[in-house]
Amino acid sequence: MKTTMPNWIAWIAAAACAAALATAVAEDTTAAKEQFIPLLVYRTGPYAPNGTPWANAKQDYLKLINARDGGLNGVKLTYEECETEYKTDRGVECYERLKGKGPTGAALFDPQSTGITFALTERAPVDKIPLITVGYGRSESQDGEVFMWNFPLLGTYWTAADVLVQHIAKKEGGFDKLKGKKIALMFHDSPFGKEPIPLLEERARLHGFELIKIPVTPPGVEQKSVWLQVRQLRPDYVLLWGWGVMNSTALKEAQATAFPRDHLLGVWWSGAEPDVKDVGEGAKGYSALTIQYGAGMSNVQKDILKYVHDKGQGTGPREEVGTVLYNRGLLVQMLTVEAVRRAQERFGKGKAMTGEQVRWGLENLTLDQKKLDALGFGEMLKPLHTSCPDHIGASYARIQTWDGSRWLPGDLYEANQQIIMPMVRSAADAYAASKKITPRTAQECQS
Amino acid sequence: MLYRENGQFKTSYSADQQLLPIAQDRWLVIALVASSFLAVPLLASDYALRALIIPFLILTIAAIGLNILVGYCGQISLGSAGFMGVGAYLAFNLTLRIPQLNFLVVLLLSGGSAALVGIAFGIPSLRIKGLYLAVATLAAQFFLDWAFARVRWFTANSPSGSVSTNPIVMFGWTVERPVDKYLLVLGLLCLLTLAAKNLTRSHIGRAWMATRDMDVAAEVIGVRPLTAKLSAFAVSSFYAGVAGALWGFVHLGSWEPAAFSVTMSLNLLFMIIIGGLGSMPGSFFGAAFFVLLPLLLNRIPAMLGIDLSTAMKSHMEAMIFGGLIVLFLAIEPRGLARLWAIGKEKLRIWPFPH
Repeated sequence: MKTTMPNWIAWIAAAACAAALATAVAEDTTAAKEQFIPLLVYRTGPYAPNGTPWANAKQDYLKLINARDGGLNGVKLTYEECETEYKTDRGVECYERLKGKGPTGAALFDPQSTGITFALTERAPVDKIPLITVGYGRSESQDGEVFMWNFPLLGTYWTAADVLVQHIAKKEGGFDKLKGKKIALMFHDSPFGKEPIPLLEERARLHGFELIKIPVTPPGVEQKSVWLQVRQLRPDYVLLWGWGVMNSTALKEAQATAFPRDHLLGVWWSGAEPDVKDVGEGAKGYSALTIQYGAGMSNVQKDILKYVHDKGQGTGPREEVGTVLYNRGLLVQMLTVEAVRRAQERFGKGKAMTGEQVRWGLENLTLDQKKLDALGFGEMLKPLHTSCPDHIGASYARIQTWDGSRWLPGDLYEANQQIIMPMVRSAADAYAASKKITPRTAQECQS
Repeated sequence: MLYRENGQFKTSYSADQQLLPIAQDRWLVIALVASSFLAVPLLASDYALRALIIPFLILTIAAIGLNILVGYCGQISLGSAGFMGVGAYLAFNLTLRIPQLNFLVVLLLSGGSAALVGIAFGIPSLRIKGLYLAVATLAAQFFLDWAFARVRWFTANSPSGSVSTNPIVMFGWTVERPVDKYLLVLGLLCLLTLAAKNLTRSHIGRAWMATRDMDVAAEVIGVRPLTAKLSAFAVSSFYAGVAGALWGFVHLGSWEPAAFSVTMSLNLLFMIIIGGLGSMPGSFFGAAFFVLLPLLLNRIPAMLGIDLSTAMKSHMEAMIFGGLIVLFLAIEPRGLARLWAIGKEKLRIWPFPH
């Protein structure tokens, strides 16, 4: 087999595809204008308690836009869910299943899992569908010159780890006080958990603290030996990098081993109601990050109650609206919808956008305070702005503390991009070299 | 009536000993292979190829490998996913470090190294038997899991422990489109199936089966247990290694150590038990059962127009799938391949059963 395929097969295939396309196009002109948004979710399995509010919010926000605004400039937002169970192979199957749905195909994917993001990063450029990974995914993908199709908007694990170190330094009274301290990273043993390690190693080198890496085997229901290690090594701080059932287990074990809860700091995936609710008072003092805004009701949630839940259209229980992960799901979907809106501004208002056009929208997204206020997200987000080299938009994170019954918002930090950027550069360059990608130049970015 | 061999006379030993002695079988297999090579690439959608058919074909290779070990040689192994991982990580490192290497050579080398690892972990089988061996091979699985997650060389220092591959290029053929991937995997599967079938019919295969049926008796009639058992481990792990490399390069494209976890090992073992131990079609049936059926079950409600919640669909899938496993094993403990064989026997005398 010297060439890709015998020519005649290719010709027949092409003819068949053309025929299929022709019929498809003929049907579409009669169909209503629809923008298809695929929803990869997990409502079953060990990560379901955390995945469900996120998934419900993603659906509720689309329902809100359809009900309140009559769609996006008249384009109805349609969606279909696919259950991944947080498994990479099922996620890839879901992606393949949903990528071609709707008149213009999938607008973008929010994989809800770092493992699935890694797998889809290889496929997205081929299919020309962008990925948004708000607060997760590949950290180096904030470099849009190399990672054209990845958008880790609002934060990556490197910005999260950076903010946590800043918070510890603040608690200790300065970065110089970190010298000689022991900081343990207790992580979900998967790409998700390992992502922050390079940044923490860099910070450890800068400030002279010792980094102890403690892997927890997913899903993390068994942590006795891990916490025995904590008791032996006596770290000053433990950074909890867990998801799903691993978080509540860790908090229970921390309580059992009497590790001071205020020295246990979680990433933004370890700081939601399902993680602490069962532990209640036992988790008092535990702090975790949140992407700018934790639990609470802003204008958008009120609209959702009014236009979606009051009409009996709510996806999940009413009490869930305003919880941490629900709010994050709203953020994700708002960014999705705004990217499509931005794309429409350039490629035609009132039209359904292709993945390629949505990608342009994501890359040229500017949400200033006025826009955020109008969207009902004014209190939840600081202004953000993306560009070709910068696919993250903003890198703020807030510390929130559990008081035994609810999350109290604390200080807002911004990640130190002076430390992160050189690491992003070198990791992205290494990726580009191994994949033989030429980073886009400023000129190519314009198109 | 349709399936009768009346009038098919064999006039030589080689005609009598050929792979498919009955003409109808021969034509069926030829038609199947021809249609898989010619019709499927034209008819199947990208989704069907990428999400259903390619994983099914790759897992069939792994299942054939495991069937050689468990079904033909009687050595229970729970480490097959680990051996797949050896193949995948070695292929990854080879293509990374020696990019000009032909992918077929990469496959051979990764299969070969998986075979070596398989032999090493097969040594305990000389002393340990049955369920105890299963536990010993489980240790191999956990050791390999640990190695892929902790030894940085395997993942080429990837900070997240996740590796990603480049498109396969061989003989100027870039295997990038789903159709190309499909043809590559299908070609390899055909070759490997033929090789496995012939191996099991040779003196090596007879030695395996003698060991499986009664190892003391096999030793008495002159089968060396050492070579019989270790060769089964080697061939089985070779198949697993090739399947692992294909799973990583062709199906996933990017994977984390969890892709080759113990769950995969167990699934492979269940595949060959459901499909039929010691049978080539059994490996195909088992892989199809495990890859295609869950996805079909997941999509049936939507196809019928029944609006179920996502969680409900997922729960239904698990429940019905589990129920079907029990049902099929209750009907025929020797697997789907045995059901297939019984069907053929019945067809032979239909419509005049004795």
